[in-house]
Order: sequence, then structure tokens, then C-alpha cells
Amino acid sequence: MIAMLLAGGQGSRLSVLTKDMAKPAVPYGGKYRIIDFPLSNCVNSGIDTVGILTQYEPFELSEYVGNGQPWDLDRMGGGAFILPPYQRSGGSAWYKGTANAIYQNMAFIDRFSPEYIAILSGDHIYKMDYSKMLAVHEEKGAACTIAVCEVPWEEASRFGILSMDEDGFLTKFAEKPKHPESNLASMGIYIFSTEKLRHYLEEDEADPASANDFGKNVIPRMLAAGEKMAVYAFKGYWKDVGTINSLWDANMDVLNPNVPLDLYDPDWKIYSRSPVMPPHYIGKDASVQDSMVTEGCDVDGTLDFSILSSGVTVGKGAEVRYSIVMPNALIKEGAKVEYAVVAERAVVGENARVGRKPEDMKEPEEWGVAVVGPGVELPPGAVVAPREIIGRKKARAE
Amino acid sequence: MNERDVLGIIVCNMHDELISELTALRTLGSVPFGGRYRLIDFALSNMVNSGIRDVSVVPSMHYQSLLNHLGSGREWDLARKIGGLSILPPYGRSSSAGVYHGRMEALANIRDYIKASPAETVVLSDSDVIANIDFRPAVAEHLAAGADITLLYKKAQVSPEMHAYNPLFFDEKGRLADIYLSPELSGEQNVYLDIAVIRKSLLDELVQESVQRNEHSFLRSVLMAKKDVLNFRGFFCPGWGDKVNSLTDFFHANMALLRPEVRASLFPKDRPIYTKVRDEVSARYGLASEVTNTLVTDGCIIEGSVSDSVLFRGVHIEEGAIVRGCVLMHNTRVSPGAVIENVITDKNVVVTEGKILSGAENMPLYIPKGTVI
Repeated sequence: MIAMLLAGGQGSRLSVLTKDMAKPAVPYGGKYRIIDFPLSNCVNSGIDTVGILTQYEPFELSEYVGNGQPWDLDRMGGGAFILPPYQRSGGSAWYKGTANAIYQNMAFIDRFSPEYIAILSGDHIYKMDYSKMLAVHEEKGAACTIAVCEVPWEEASRFGILSMDEDGFLTKFAEKPKHPESNLASMGIYIFSTEKLRHYLEEDEADPASANDFGKNVIPRMLAAGEKMAVYAFKGYWKDVGTINSLWDANMDVLNPNVPLDLYDPDWKIYSRSPVMPPHYIGKDASVQDSMVTEGCDVDGTLDFSILSSGVTVGKGAEVRYSIVMPNALIKEGAKVEYAVVAERAVVGENARVGRKPEDMKEPEEWGVAVVGPGVELPPGAVVAPREIIGRKKARAE
Repeated sequence: MNERDVLGIIVCNMHDELISELTALRTLGSVPFGGRYRLIDFALSNMVNSGIRDVSVVPSMHYQSLLNHLGSGREWDLARKIGGLSILPPYGRSSSAGVYHGRMEALANIRDYIKASPAETVVLSDSDVIANIDFRPAVAEHLAAGADITLLYKKAQVSPEMHAYNPLFFDEKGRLADIYLSPELSGEQNVYLDIAVIRKSLLDELVQESVQRNEHSFLRSVLMAKKDVLNFRGFFCPGWGDKVNSLTDFFHANMALLRPEVRASLFPKDRPIYTKVRDEVSARYGLASEVTNTLVTDGCIIEGSVSDSVLFRGVHIEEGAIVRGCVLMHNTRVSPGAVIENVITDKNVVVTEGKILSGAENMPLYIPKGTVI
């Protein structure tokens, strides 16, 4: 089995965070980028060939993945391959949709002649053994197996919702239904038998009305054609990080001992590309509680329930609470950062104030996570309100 | 400087006997240092950051942990098709005498290898120099001055109690006038860093001569014996640098990392120190953690109180434990109620509940690998 990882999405709901990079390259949990999770899952599941389909702002992601070595994907006869859209004799086209992206790379897939193909998305934080899912796929003799995860009923209408029969086969697939019939959400993870996939991608391609999307087009078409569609129920942590709030939530989950996302499991390590920095230093005036800090950081202020990525500096008297700070950001003396995301290389000036506690708000619905975008330099004393998002051109003093 | 003009040679095991505690199971080059490093990372990274692409490491004894650490040299960008890392242990030829007793003997055993290198200049370094040095200006000055050997040195305050250091004395023209072996001196001296730049053809002649005379010391049979015949010069290295010659030195070198100017000198952004990557999770601080003036490495879990310390990967300080002025190596666990001060723990040490251990600043208490107290 080989894996095809869809990493071309812009993730526009992440706003300034994905202005210059694709969503799978967004930093997460101090040491990681989102793509580390599906890549590590592949390697830990015994998959040694991964095609990574890129389209939107691919440079940061391509640089990060490189030859795949940090994930042990620098392999002879396999490994990690970055697959951007390319020109061909019959003309060239951008990837029109998830299905079209795979269709355009059938020649790549054929080089490895895999019996099965796993289609993965680069948008979620989860640990999953794809080999168990493959075992279900084989056992049921399915054309396609779809991984599902139970979600809270009130959120079900945000997802592709599946219904299944008692034998574990798909009976109905509804994309973002208003009145969901179940709370089993598609995780956007599919295993296909290669020849079935080829057949339905060709059919999909021939249909001018199709949006060339797996969830919207290919899966319903296969179901309608009476293919055996198995459902694989995943139990465990699975989190979409598609919005600022969900990205912040998913990071806070790392600090929450009650959340079943174990990053310490020696049998299922999450690998990442290391930035080559010395250990971090906690200064004489620092106070650090309930937080995660990694290499290259220099902390002389207060940290509470926060996550620092590599190379972050927190000056004397600065306070960082309930926040995530991305690589190489600088939080200067006396600044106060609460319930916020401070993006890569951003600078929070002296005594600036970013975000607020929800309980401090007069109007609770006005509360939200504040964001200082990548490379933004907030001047001293600047104020960033809750829910406010500062991009590079919007920085201002108040 | 073309990247194949210079050959780097790192000789290990030169001072192992000085820290017998730490080197019972490993060579000095693979002694853990500064949270995530091994001593040899500095020599290797300095070579790579100076554009040297051919580096040979010459171990002598108990080098399994060193080989494990170095692997193919990929972490130092030395897994190369052209040049790259060569590890040259003893018993390389049937005539070799086995383990080495000095640098010249080590070099004699790898003579064919040195000859085969296209380089004209050799940078010869010990494996235990903790410094961030750009060798390029040293090589340039060596060539410009037409020196036979250029010795890299730092300025340091010495005292009669210090041992195992070698001060250099230069005449008014900058030529080496004298070198002392572990003298009892005071005040500021030019302390040799055990890094030398040398013309390859001369090195080969000197090695051959040493073999013929059955001599093996670079300091005695080359530097001292030939200082009046050959042109030996010095090159001053301004940054922070140290060599660990005793367990107390090792303790203080680790503690020096708590000073911002030392970290700035040792870890500049443009010349990183590379080491093997272990894919540990970020360090985790608990609800009750109290940490000040401490260097912390990924994989640590801190729930107790820590001050003025250096914590290596995977150290776990449990709630209610107190750690002051300690160097704790990988996976050390300090249990609730334990209080430890001026202690060095080797890997996998467990200090169980309520134990109180204390060394002194000038005589830290060393706990060997795997001990459960």
C-alpha cells in the first residue's frame, strides 16, 4: 500500500497563518507541523511510499518535507515525493479537486503498482494505524474503506456524515447534512483498491458536472454503483485544525492530561524536522507552569498554560497565558499575551497587550482568540483585541 | 578556501583518564554535555561550519557509544559521496600496535588515509574542545604567515590547582617560544586548545619520524622538540572555550551554559552545533513547577522545583522534589521529597523518595549510570 497525502489546501479559514504557507505546514504543539501527524502515522503503519500533493504555497512545505529523512522516508524504491501539478503533452491544469489531484498522478501511483492506496488529508491531528484499517478493508473485500470518527451530534452538520448497516458497510453518505442521521463523520481518510480507484476516477473525470471531489462526487458515485464500501470506526483523538479557534483548541489539548493524545508513546512517535538549536533556558526571573517549551527558547517572563515553539524569546516581566507562540517569535519585556496565537517570527513590542480572558469580556460573544500574524512587528504598547487578527500590513500602534 | 583543501582529523581518547568516572563506558568525545550534546559535536560542527568536508574521527578505546552517536555523519551533513565522515578505529592494519597512547601513534595508524586525501592542510583537533570556532581565519593566517604549525589558543586565568592544561609562550615575532605541560602558574595565560593547523606533507614527515623513534606524543616529540627548528605560531580564539579535564571541570563547563554570554558564544545562529536528533516531545512543565536559571532539554518533565541546573533529555523531576545546582543526564528521575544539590547524575539514575544528596561546588557528587538511590 502507498499513501497519497492531500496537502494542497490553502486552509483559508486560518487567515494570516496560511497567507504564505499551505495549511499542513502550520506549526502545532511546539515541535510539530500538522503534516508530521499523517507522515508519522504512515511510517509507524509500515507505509514507506508517500506522495504529497501540493498546490497552494508549496515552498515552505517542500522545504520542510525535503527528502523525507526526519520521518525515515528517505528510502530506496520509495520514500516521500512532493507532487505539484505539472505540465504534460496533453495540456496542463491545476488540481481541480481532491479526486482530480489523484487522477493527475495515476502515473506516479503506477510506478509502484500498489494493490491498495490510502488517501489522506493533511488537515488533522490524530494518531492512527492505517494497517489496521487496511486489515478491515481486506477482510471485507471492499472497493473502498472510509475511516469515521464519532463527533458530537451538535457538530455533525459540519462534516460528511455516514450511515452504515450492521455488517459495517456504508449505506448513506451526506455531505454537511442539515439533519444528520448519525454522528459518524468521515475523517477524509480512504483506502481504495487501486483498480477500483482508477475506474471511478476515470468516470469522475469524464463527468463535466463533477467537482472532482472524493466526498462530494467519487464516494456517492461508488455507493450508487453498488460497490462494497466498508466503514472503519476510529477510536481516539482526532481534531480538525481548520480555524483559528480549533487550532488554538487543539494546541491546548496537548496540555490537557484528560485528552487522549499521547505524544510520549515510544511505539508511536511523532517525528518532525528538528531546527538544530540548543536546549532552552529558563531565566532567573521566570515562572513557568503548565506549559510546554522546546529548543532554542529563552524565557525570562511568566508562562502559564502555553506552548512555545522553537527559538521563542519571552522577555522579563512579559506574561504569556493560554497562548501558542510559533517558531522564532519574540515577546518583549512587559508584554501581556493571553488567549492568543503569535505566529512565526512575530514581534510583540514592550508592554503590548494581545488578547483577553473570556471572563473579562462584557459581551462574551465578542470573545475569540487574538492573532498576531507571521512576521508582524507590534510596536510597544500596542493592543490587539480578542478575535482581532493582525496581518503584516495591518500592524499599528494604539 | 576550497572545501577539499583542508582535512579535519579528530583524535579521541586523549584525556579519557582525566575523567575516569564518565569515561568508564565511553570515550571522552561521547561524554554527554549541555543537555543534548556529546563533546565531539563541537569539534565536528566547527569543522563543518568552517567548510571542511573531509573529517576523520580516530577513536582508540570504548568507542561503541561514539559510533552509535556518529552513524553515517548525516546530522553533521557529513554523509557525503565526496569526502564526508570517516571513522578510523585502531587495528586498521596488521602491523598496528592496537590502542593508541598518543596523537602521533594514532596518526601513524591512519597514515595511508591521510596520504590519500587531496587536502594540503590538516586541522587536527581533540574530541573534547567545547567552543564554537571558525577555522577559516586560522587556516588563512597559517598559510599567509607561512607557518609550519599554527596552534589555536584562548586566554584564561589559571591557578596552581588547575591541572592538565598547556600554556603557550610566543616571542615578539609571534613564534612559539615555549610550551609548558601542566605547570603550576597563576594569572592570565595563553592556553592551548588542542587544535592545530598543519601542512599535510609536514604532518606526514613528523608522523614517520615519530614512528621511527617510537615516540607518540604530539606535545613532546613535535611541539616541544621542534619549536626552535620549525615555525610554530599561535592563533587567538576570542570566544568562550573550555576543555574538560576533570569531573569538576565538566560540572563547571555545564554550569557555564547558564551564562547568556557563554550561550551566545557557543550557539550563534549562523554556526549551529549539530547533534543526533532524538525526536523527543517538548519539555513539559507541571502545575506546581518552579524553575529558574536552568537549561532544559526536550523530553523533560518538570513538576518540582529546579534552580541553577542543566537537565538533559528525558529528565523527570517529580512534584515535591528539589534540585539545586545539578547536572542531570538523560532519563534521571528525582522522586517526591528528594533534595539534591551539586550532584552530577549519569544516565538513567533514579533518586527515590525523600533522599537527600549533596556535593559541593568544587567537588560535585557523581552518581554512576543506572544507579537507583
